[in-house]
Formats: sequence, structure tokens, C-alpha cells
Amino acid sequence: MAHVTIDTNVSRRGFIAGSAGLSFAFAFGLDASTKSSAQAAANTINAYVRIAADGTVTIVSPALEMGQGVNTSLPLIIAEELDADWSKVKVVSAPVADVYNHPILRTQMVVASLTLRGYWMPARIAGAQARQVLIDAAAARWNVGAGELTTEPGVVVHKASNRRLSYGEIAASAKAPEKLPEIKPDQLKPVASFRLIGKDVQRIDIVEKSTGAAQYAIDATAPGMVYGTLARAPVRASGPVSFNEDELKKMPGISGVFKFDHGVGIAGDSIVNVFNARRALKAQWRESPGSKTNSDAAQRVAQEKLRGKDVKGVMPPNSKPEGAMEGLAKAAKIVTGEYATDYVYHAQMEPHNCLAWVKPDGVEIWTGTQWATMARDQAAKVAGVEPGKVTLHQMQMGGGYGRRAFVEYVVDAVMLSKAAGKPVKMIQSREDDLANARMRPMTAQKIDAGLDADGNIIAWRHLIASDTVVPYLYGDGRWQAQKGFDHIVMAGADVGFYNIPAAVSEHIYEERGARTAAWRGIGAGHNNFAIEAMIDELAQQAGKNPVEYRIALLKDPRAKRVIERVAQMAEFGRKREGTALGIAFGKLGLPPIGFSMTGTVAEISLDRATGVIKCHNLWCAADVGLPVQPKNLVAQIEGSLIFALGSALKERVTLTNGAVDQHNFNDYQILKLSETPQIHVEVIRSGDIPLPVGELSIAGTIPAVANAFHALTGRRLRNAPFTPDRVKGSLA
Amino acid sequence: MATYDLTVNGRAVKVTGESDTPLLWAVREQLGLTGTKYGCGAGLCGACTVHVDGVAVRSCQTSAASAAGKKVTTIEGLGANGLHALQKAWIAEETAQCGYCQSGQIMKAAELLARTPKPNREQIVEHMDGNLCRCGSYPRIVRAIERASREG
Repeated sequence: MAHVTIDTNVSRRGFIAGSAGLSFAFAFGLDASTKSSAQAAANTINAYVRIAADGTVTIVSPALEMGQGVNTSLPLIIAEELDADWSKVKVVSAPVADVYNHPILRTQMVVASLTLRGYWMPARIAGAQARQVLIDAAAARWNVGAGELTTEPGVVVHKASNRRLSYGEIAASAKAPEKLPEIKPDQLKPVASFRLIGKDVQRIDIVEKSTGAAQYAIDATAPGMVYGTLARAPVRASGPVSFNEDELKKMPGISGVFKFDHGVGIAGDSIVNVFNARRALKAQWRESPGSKTNSDAAQRVAQEKLRGKDVKGVMPPNSKPEGAMEGLAKAAKIVTGEYATDYVYHAQMEPHNCLAWVKPDGVEIWTGTQWATMARDQAAKVAGVEPGKVTLHQMQMGGGYGRRAFVEYVVDAVMLSKAAGKPVKMIQSREDDLANARMRPMTAQKIDAGLDADGNIIAWRHLIASDTVVPYLYGDGRWQAQKGFDHIVMAGADVGFYNIPAAVSEHIYEERGARTAAWRGIGAGHNNFAIEAMIDELAQQAGKNPVEYRIALLKDPRAKRVIERVAQMAEFGRKREGTALGIAFGKLGLPPIGFSMTGTVAEISLDRATGVIKCHNLWCAADVGLPVQPKNLVAQIEGSLIFALGSALKERVTLTNGAVDQHNFNDYQILKLSETPQIHVEVIRSGDIPLPVGELSIAGTIPAVANAFHALTGRRLRNAPFTPDRVKGSLA
Repeated sequence: MATYDLTVNGRAVKVTGESDTPLLWAVREQLGLTGTKYGCGAGLCGACTVHVDGVAVRSCQTSAASAAGKKVTTIEGLGANGLHALQKAWIAEETAQCGYCQSGQIMKAAELLARTPKPNREQIVEHMDGNLCRCGSYPRIVRAIERASREG
């Protein structure tokens, strides 16, 4: 079977594609045999599209699937421009190779809801160029001008002579062109003629995920495999001083016990025996910088620090703090709001695991990762081989939410396999997964809003005292390059959509030695709580309705529209009996790539005796640019609303002597079905580019609940999650 | 170490282990039925839900020994003749996101429909509560159960 192999290659033949300014190139190879094609695809040629003689279109998806649906929606974009017959499309996961790097992130990584936005133009061009090659080949065969040809799904058509050739027929005998056709943005399909994008195709993984057939890393096997786990030290940068090694070695089924710098590895013949040995582990751990951290005390320190006169933090690049400071100095009135959020845990349902097989000539790993390039490189480093000697089988991820951008569980599996001399399936127990939580940072926040004599906001200063994430996730090199600006902690802290003439946000480092990560929604999860709660306070002080106040203060018409729309959906002005509504604006994105936006309304009631808040309804109007897979997009918005509601009401990690106090889903509770409100989502299409969606609706949920609480009780909730104790405290 | 005779998805099988070896690991690691998932190991999440004699149980809290001589059904055996009505509904509603909890959700829902073919919303919520989904697919889980009940 002959394959047409079409590739995009950044380094080879460059041309600039599209307004995003991404350097992007395209190579085309036609191979006589499947074997050489497959080799080429895995190594140097890096195919996105292959077309077999039987008409099967194989699209290689560089995206990493964790439930967000990108293994359907990204190939769909390629198929749209290729004019493929979707029923003949087969999607395969890309190997790890530079050619598949995310065009903005420059590495193979799925974070920040940027997958479709980042690959948008390259994917369209890859599809369009493959289509053009097929057209040119048909034109040569029929000896007609390529301009006389069109395509229908999977077929090149010459209308004048009523001739048709399927893509498979062309691929079976086509010759590779010497030089590839160049595709300019104006040659792409007009958005109005899309027949796949925006129309909802069935997710490619939906059947296997409804029958138990979907394969996650925890399901992988290898011949001669043993099981393992690695008990990491309870505190970051700590490790075992001593432990009951002899006792563990004698336990049933245990074949290896290994002391590593950062933890204790255990290998055995079954996961039951391995977990039994893990539970019997008694270790002394060495002191590390985080060993004395107690989160409650640390939070009080941070809050007190923000009240100091000379407090100063690290600002985003190109900040102009002078205007804000001058504005506050001359303000007729300063309104101050203090807020706080606790550490939260990702709680992805599949505990971290990886099957690793260190062989004499390389490493094979089966895992689910949000950062395939890093997983490959770290595996290579641990095994002492070149990255090219690592084969990574990307499996379905049983949830990610930012947590699987870390690859330490891959490292642990490779270390175990190397030590055991066998393939090892490393599984962390839920307890260890939680003990090793890499959390959304704990924040203390303070906003000073300066008002002029007429009550207009003239200055805004937002202080965020929090752990850092960037040095832990990306390393010191990047931390230096970013000059200490932590874009993960500070995400969403800008108030640029509001008509506030001078604003600054500052990050005050709280180095507590805690393990931290980006959590779904990134910094907006905590920062937008403070911003939108503050806006609500300002509206209240101005004696204005919170909807009208926001609409007047928002500059951007899209931003105004999501607020207007969600207020209509929720009938915001209608008085309820026993419940109340709160509203918040939210956004996700970056200035160069654009922002998606939400208006969110929560309806809550309160049991004053128990302090339990019940959320009855969540409404969300979401402006997402161009919806690619609308049904899946709504699922992501629903899911993020529920995810965020957990962090508003319940989710909380505390640390004692640096170690996580919680153990399992008994004391780290995520939202249950009975706590899930009715959810109403409306998607607003506002353009021709897909904007970030996967974690968009995190931002508005916490403040909408807090603002509803104020509407209900006249009291402000300032510390998320709003646990019964805190609720009762606020009412006292 | 002992050997236990089980009937899993209508097939007579033998599994080995100590008397407290969880059914979860026996079906996953010994029988290769990996649709049943490990989520918490403590009966707190429901990802490991299977049926023993038609009753939905948390297989991480059920010993293989206690299932000896009984009929065990996993997600792989739910649709004896093709897809179960719930699976069809799960597909139609595109319920799954990451999908990891969904085998357990479907098995729990199957117990409900076997007992109560036409459950109302409150009965669905009450029965399904405690089967955790981190992706937040709950609204679609409810809709899929309603659809299966309707289209059965």
C-alpha cells in the first residue's frame, strides 16, 4: 500500500503562515513502501497526513488527550481544509518530535487551553496543502489545469468532463512534487464554507470511553512486567534518611526495595503486594526548606505582610506602576478588599502511573502526559540515553487539569525499571498521589481601588502574596529569563477590560517549599475571585446594580455582551425567595492571541444552622471566538463550572510540617452529583478563530458565589473555599 | 495464596491471591478486564464499580474470595448482545470527557435501571451520588440515564 506522506516541518523549508506570524514549513514525501513511510514518519519527515490507497486518511494528532476532546477537534481542522471524508479519517497520536511542537509553546505540550488556538493556522495549512497536492496530481493525470478542479469530501472533481478521482486512487499512484505548493492564508477555505468545523462530529474516543475499552497508562502491560510504586518524601526536596528496608524486603511478593534520593521505591509481583509494602514503610525523612511550613500560619504571615506600608512585589513585564501609585496618592477615597484562597489539589481520577521499560538500547514508556517532550527528555536523562532512544506511548489521560504537565511520575517509573532490570508499572496509590499533590498556590490578596470625588475608579493596585510555580515547573533558566515574573500565578490579574486608567498587579513571593503547579484556570482561579469580588464591593459602595455597574465599567463590547447576556439568561433582576444571585466577568487568554470571555451567574441558598451553601443554578454566557466542536465545548464549560464550584465550596489542602494533611476523597472532597447545580450555558460566536475554552469558565465561578452570598446575607466571603466554618464566621 | 472460582461476564475463571485480594485487581491484572478502574482504593470514588449477583459494589472493597461462586459483571460484560442501552445513551449524550470514571458510572446506573426502569431525577441523583467525576460530566450522566430509561 502506498502512502502519501505530508508533513509540516518548522526547520526545513520555512515560510511564514498566517497572521499569527508562526514560522511554518511543509515537506511532502511519497514512499514506495509502507515500511519506509512509517520510518520516515517516526523520525525525520514528521507527517500530519497520510492517505492510503483504500482512501483511509490518517491524521497524526500532535495534541495530547486528557478529556478535552482535542484528539477530535484538532484533526477536524486538518480534515476541513483537506476536504476529507470524515468517515474515512483515522486519528493516531503523534510521536514526540520537534515537528509536532505547539507553535506558541515551542514544545509538545498541552496547557492553558491553547491547543486549538496554537495549531489553528498550521493545521489548516497542512490540510490545505495536502488537498492542493492531490489536486495537482489529478490535474497532471487528466492533463487539465489545476484551476479547473475542485474537491468534494474525499474526491477530486473535474466538472467540465464529469471526471472524479478519489483521494485513495490518487495516493495509490501519485508522484511527489519536487516543490510543494505554497498555501497563502487567502487560499484557505472561507470560514462560511466550513462543513465540519462548528457542526459537531462524534468524539473519536466516545465509544471506547463508554465501553471500558479506552486504554490509559494504568492499563498498559509489557512482557515480564512487575509492579512498583515510589513513595516520595512527604515534603518537596526531602528524601529518606533511613527506612525499614529489611522488613519490606521480606514482605510477600516483594522483589526489590530501592533507596532513591527523593523517596523509596518498591517492586513486586502484584500491585496488591506492592501497596501492602508501601503501607508498611516507616521512613525518616531529611529536613528540607518546606519541612516547617504550616499553611494556616503561613497564610496569616502573608496576609499581615500585605498590610505593611512598604510592601512591593514583582510586576508583569512592561508594567507602569507610577500611574497607579500616583492615582492612589491623590484619590478622594481608597476602597480596600482583602481575599485569600487555599491550596487545592487536581484530584484527576487516574492516579499517577507509568509503565517504563529500560532496555539495553533505549527506553520504552507508556504514560499519559501533558508535556510529551519533557517526559521523553527526562526519561532519557534518567536512563542515560539520547532522547531519540526513548519511545513514548501516549495513552489516554484519566484527567490532567495542569497536573500532568509535571512528569515526575515518568521519572519514578524509569528509575524503578532501571533498578529492577525489568519493565515496571509504577502506580501511585491515591494516598500518595494526594501526598505528592502539586497544588494551585495558596494566595493572600489585597486590592486597593482609588476613587475620585465622583466615585470613578482612577487607580487599582492588586497585591498577590503566593508561592511561585514557574521555577518548580520550568526550572531556573526560564525563571531567570522571565526575570522572576510568574505568569502562572499572575494569570488573570490584569483588569484591562475595565475602564480603569491606571492599574498594577504585583506578586509577593511566599517561598514555603511547597509543591505547586498550574491548576485548571491557572491564576485566574484565585486572582479573578479577588478582582470580581472587589468590583462587586465597588458597585455596592456606589449604590449601583452589579450588572449595570459592570456593563458601564467594561470597555470591550464583547465583555459587555457576556455580562448582558448572562444577566438575561438568569433573569438577574427577578427577586427570589430564599436564594440570591451573584455575577462575575471572566476571561482567559493573552494579549497577542486574544481572549475568550464569560459572564457567570450563581444562584445560592444558605443553611444558616450548618453554614452550608447550596448552589442551585449556574448560568454562563461564553464568548469563545469560533466554536469548533460546539457540543464538546459546552461540556468543557459545564465541567469547568463544576470543577471551580468545588474550589469555591469545599476543596482545600492544608500543610503541617510541610506535609499534606489530607489523605483521600474522604477528607479532600470534590463536588458530588447531589451538589451539582443546574447548569445553563450559552455559547457566543464572535470571530473566525477558536479562542481558549477548556478552562475558561473557572474564572467567574468563585466570585459569582461570593457575590451571591453578599446579596443573600449582606456579608462578604473573603477566603475560598467557603467552608461551613468560614460561612458561620462571616455571619457572626 | 489460594485460588478462587468466579464467574465473570458469564465465563468461569480462576483467580489467585490472599483472602483479602480485592476483586478490582483480580479482574484488572489477572483477567485483563481493564475497563474497571482504580481511583481511590478506599470505596470513596466508585471508579471500580462492578456487579456481584446484580448488585453494584466497589470492587476495591470487595475481596475476590467473597465473590467466589457468584456472578461478576464488569463493564466489558454489561452489553451481552452489543451495547447496553446505557452505553448507547452515554455515546449519544457524549457524556465522557477523560472517561476514567465512566465504567463505574455506567455500572452504577445499570443497577438503578434494573431496579427502577423509569427513575425520576431525584432517584437518579440519590442513586448515583458518590460516583465521582472530576471532569464534571454530571449533567450529562443524568441526561444519559434519562435517555436510556426513555429509549431503553
